[in-house]
Amino acid sequence: MSFPQPKPEVPQLPQNLLRTIDCQQGAVRAVRFNADGNYLLSCGSDKSLKLWSVSRGTLLKTYSGHGYEVLDADGSYDNSQLCSCSSDKTVILWDVATGQVTRKLRGHAGKVNCVQFNEEATVILSGSIDGTVRCWDTRSRKFDPIQILDEAQDGVSSLKVSEHELLTGSVDGRVRRYDLRMGQLHVDFINSPITCVCFSADGQCTLTSSLDSTVRLLDKSTGEMLGEYTGHKMKGYKLDCCLSSKDTHVLSCSEDGHVYCWDLVEGSLMLKLPVGKAVVQSLSFHPSETRLLTAMEGRSGIGFWLREMVVCLKCDVPLLPWLKYGIN
Amino acid sequence: MASDSDSDGDFVTFGTPLEPLEEDEPLRKPVPLHEQTVKDEKGRYQRFHGAFTGGFSAGYFNTVGTKEGWTPATFVSSRQQKAGRQNARPEDFMDEEDLGDHGIAPRQITTTADFASGRKDVIRDKARAITSLSAPIPGDTVLEDLVAPARSSMGVELLRKMGWKDGQGVGPRVKRRLCKQRADSGTRAFVSASPPNGLSGSQDEEDGEFVPENVTFAPKDVTPIDFTPKVDLHGLGYRGLNPLAALRGGPGAGHINLFTMDSDRSNSLFGEDRKGQRRRGGVAGQGFGVGAMEDDDEDIYHRDIMSNYDTVLGGEEPGDGLYGWTAPQQYNRKKKDHSKDAAYLGKILEGFTLASDKLETKTIFPPPNLPRDFRPVHYFRPVVDLSSVSPMVAQALQTSRGHMAQEEPSKGGRHQLDSAQRRELLGEATLQGPSSVFDLLKVEDRERLSGLRRPSSDTSSGPRQPTPGRPEQLCSGCRDSPAAARASAQKALSSRFTPHAEQQQQEALSVWSGPTAQAQTGQTFKPFERTPHKQARYDLYIDQLKQGDRDALELSLDPTMTEWERGRERDEFVRAALLYKPSSSSLSCRFTRGKQDDGVEADTVEVTRDQENDVDDKQAAVKMKMFGKLTRDTFEWHPDNLLCKRFNVPDPYPGSGFVGMPKVKRDKFSVFNFLTVSESPTASASPAPQGVKPSEPGKRSRWDVSGQAGNKERKEKDPVSEFLSVARIEASGSGPEASTTDGPTTDPTVEPDTEQKDEEEEEEESRPSMDLFKAIFASSSDEKSSSSSEGESEEEEEEKEEGVRSKAGTGPQISNQLNVNTTQPAPPVSTTPSQNPDVVFKMPSGPAAAPPPRDQEMEEEEFGPRLPPPSSTLTERRPSPTPSAKDDKHKKKCKEKHKAKKHGKHKKDKKKKKNKRHKHKGKQKKSSRKEESSDSSSEGSDGNSQEDGEEGGGVSTEELLRRLKGIRGKNLQ
Repeated sequence: MSFPQPKPEVPQLPQNLLRTIDCQQGAVRAVRFNADGNYLLSCGSDKSLKLWSVSRGTLLKTYSGHGYEVLDADGSYDNSQLCSCSSDKTVILWDVATGQVTRKLRGHAGKVNCVQFNEEATVILSGSIDGTVRCWDTRSRKFDPIQILDEAQDGVSSLKVSEHELLTGSVDGRVRRYDLRMGQLHVDFINSPITCVCFSADGQCTLTSSLDSTVRLLDKSTGEMLGEYTGHKMKGYKLDCCLSSKDTHVLSCSEDGHVYCWDLVEGSLMLKLPVGKAVVQSLSFHPSETRLLTAMEGRSGIGFWLREMVVCLKCDVPLLPWLKYGIN
Repeated sequence: MASDSDSDGDFVTFGTPLEPLEEDEPLRKPVPLHEQTVKDEKGRYQRFHGAFTGGFSAGYFNTVGTKEGWTPATFVSSRQQKAGRQNARPEDFMDEEDLGDHGIAPRQITTTADFASGRKDVIRDKARAITSLSAPIPGDTVLEDLVAPARSSMGVELLRKMGWKDGQGVGPRVKRRLCKQRADSGTRAFVSASPPNGLSGSQDEEDGEFVPENVTFAPKDVTPIDFTPKVDLHGLGYRGLNPLAALRGGPGAGHINLFTMDSDRSNSLFGEDRKGQRRRGGVAGQGFGVGAMEDDDEDIYHRDIMSNYDTVLGGEEPGDGLYGWTAPQQYNRKKKDHSKDAAYLGKILEGFTLASDKLETKTIFPPPNLPRDFRPVHYFRPVVDLSSVSPMVAQALQTSRGHMAQEEPSKGGRHQLDSAQRRELLGEATLQGPSSVFDLLKVEDRERLSGLRRPSSDTSSGPRQPTPGRPEQLCSGCRDSPAAARASAQKALSSRFTPHAEQQQQEALSVWSGPTAQAQTGQTFKPFERTPHKQARYDLYIDQLKQGDRDALELSLDPTMTEWERGRERDEFVRAALLYKPSSSSLSCRFTRGKQDDGVEADTVEVTRDQENDVDDKQAAVKMKMFGKLTRDTFEWHPDNLLCKRFNVPDPYPGSGFVGMPKVKRDKFSVFNFLTVSESPTASASPAPQGVKPSEPGKRSRWDVSGQAGNKERKEKDPVSEFLSVARIEASGSGPEASTTDGPTTDPTVEPDTEQKDEEEEEEESRPSMDLFKAIFASSSDEKSSSSSEGESEEEEEEKEEGVRSKAGTGPQISNQLNVNTTQPAPPVSTTPSQNPDVVFKMPSGPAAAPPPRDQEMEEEEFGPRLPPPSSTLTERRPSPTPSAKDDKHKKKCKEKHKAKKHGKHKKDKKKKKNKRHKHKGKQKKSSRKEESSDSSSEGSDGNSQEDGEEGGGVSTEELLRRLKGIRGKNLQ
């Protein structure tokens, strides 16, 4: 009696298209999972922010109030509030249920690229093209930011918040990490405009993607480079990158319509996910499961603006066989 | 209408038909409104009389009387015949109408529709079925069924539609287990006197009925809650003391609850025992006392605690108010279990459910265990008077606790502290505005006051002490010296014109001495142009303000003028200075200050204390992928106290009075000296900005001193400068101190020229060892030197660097031309060609710099990485890496546009360089692949924009292929 051959382990990658959602928002500037990954937010260039149920693919609510295209959004840990930022230089705090604008925060001198809640949704942090990061208090009625971080010498393109740290990527080619607990600012020089920064799930590394078509994994404490991931095309647009939920893979958008997925340790390209023909602008990885959201400005078949949002689930029966690299 | 006889049977008539009009009959007069009356069949006026008069037609023809008139009931008074016992019933006062079908007291007994049972009468149904079968037409009763009047109310109908059946309870379906348990608890809710029936309960439990998991049952039908009218005089909800319950005692009856909440009441109504009151079998009670066998000795004589009572009216509503207090039990209970829902109070969006599982919680580490011998008693060091102790001891004391005994702020404890002292202790910021009432007073008033006080204080008490918290300002007016009096008089004079002259002066000072003001050297506005003397004085004043002179006003005034005139002029100057202050900070804050060329014209500049290391070194490090120490800078950064609070983090710098990076005032030359080059002839030839105001004589233009620009020029001319860069590398290797500590030592007054020379010498002296140089440039130079001649290699290297820098140099230069205080030199491009557009986009849009906005996109794409345009021609766009169609055209346009500007000047030498590079390329065949790619890429970006896109795509695919090969190779292995 012989044991059956152990099944070769399929790389835990989201490679199958489950559903596309036509959000009719024009170009989608960002898609974001909420804190637990059950809902998603899509920021449209039609000034609206939409909340969707991921499992059903249905629209739950549309939040309109921005004066120009919405560039980024984030949900609070308890799903009760949303924040979004826009080209109209404002940051808006929304009430999820009513869809009302709880607060409209003005102060940035240019379009606001990125926005994030802190862990307890007591502070909204927004990074703008004016080179500042503003920390807005959601608890008080004050309309002035608590603090303005103006260390960046050029626009702030991306921003992430962890427990007590703030990671910003700027067009001046530097990644800045503000450590509130230590009261220190660490600046890592990347030499190319940063498009996206991320913390790893274990909080030990930072991931930066820059316009030299490179994604770099840096050690958080020392700034040393742990990995470099290339092959994709990111040369002119502000595109996202992210880590998989278990920090096994690095994913990045690309201007050639693919999502590239590398093995974190080896740095080898594991998967090239063809999303469409246009630029994959944003992507978001599910916080706990192997799910991925990608946003792409779709082509207009009917005359409306289509966005293709690909929700890929790892399942046994692939719905569409994609080209695979590095897999035998 | 209904007059047609033949079709009479087919129609149903309603109402009274109008009388047919006769032809010849004259039109009748319409009946006036007041005559339109309704009469009943007896011809009585039928009118509504109101509730108290008996409704319709009370009395006799709308009178309260009878036919006999208003006569009281017969009064018979005689000794023999007493009046009959009047036993009036309501019916006595009713007429036949009231007793009729539609009256208020119908005599017939009927079931109203409300009470008609909706339950189907089984027997009748059967009977009907039989009859229908036996009927001549089978199914005869169908019609009857169809036309049966609706007997059930709408709510019941709705319930039925929802699946409710008669006899069931209303509410969500429940599991079998639940039903049982409730039944059990119901059975157990007997008093101790009744026979314990635990047997049946346990039997029920152990029945072992097959209970499938997914089968649910309708809830038990509950008897409607009877609303007993309140007849007693107790307060609402007061139940009184139930003697049974009070005497029962026992485990559950610890507290006799006089007030019950709604939920409790409903619980008891539904026959469910409350958990707390559930008894644990066995016989217990006051009458039985505590048995010997009972292990737990409840207090029989329990004491009531206030916590058993609500201190607030109403209490919490069960559930979330969706059902009210009549909510089904399961609902209530479930809500109580989900205590986490309390975090979010508000209506939840449809389709949006609360998370079932919590997010991972932060690990909170417990405080360290205290050692066993730790005594939580603070030992206070003895307060020793220093004078009485030997100096040695005093010193030891001082070092140990930081301050002397005499410096104790107060002897009388915290209550003796005044607000200022407390504020100091708490570390709060001082409040704005005057700190005492006296500050609000005018000076002369103050003087008068003090004058009033002085004689009294002189006579009564000794030397007057200033009140502890009060600032010295108060005393300025009341000091006895004549000089002070004079000064105060002056102040009084000036204060006649402006109450807060001092404050305004300070304001003016702060405004004019700021960095923004320094930029505006060519002051254009002359408020007192008509009187040149005055204008001259004003200019002097402004100049002195700029230098941060506090006495600017006094110095600039003409001493020969009268006091009054001077006071007036003082006022005018301050006002003018405030009015025509340099461009407001609101504007200046929009621009990020470039750190290197900031405020060259200024004497002192506020800069961040910690400067970043040299960018060139970092670029080199990045090129070699040596991330880490070389590319990392760590600065001290002060977060806002509130921000720390919001992040649940202790303030790392609790006492710091500022936020952000520590700033220091620097002399203008000190910071930049190290970075600058001498005013070599090339510097003057360097692209001096035409758009900017001409630099003042004696002051160098920022373009000359900007490190990048200077660098470049230097590179072209003297070969020695190569080593300067090396020196810089070393300098930065030694940390930021190199740049910072150097600064203050140099004398700002020294002529820039000599200074520069010194600087250069210094740099040359500090030239590092060759290995460092090699370590950084080894990879490329070694290979090159093998192929090319030495002289060329030098040149080549020079150029290679230049290729890198030229962009870095030119980009910001141009941008700076257009805009003061803009960006740091753009991060130079090294490896990929595609960055070029980026550098272009980074150019900040000064008012003049902004290209005429072609369309929205253009405007948008001024800064940073762009967003993919939501263009409608997406189908044609980007079919492959080779670009085509509109987008690329657009891209190119942008590029060309910017480039035209950017490279306008340098195009020529660029081309030259390019040619050169081609030559070199031919020579160096051995150079590594990487080098090549970077070379070609930089070339592509440098030169013509047409090939840019193709080139970039080609490279990327090439690279990709290469990588793929590598990966495949790896896999094969």
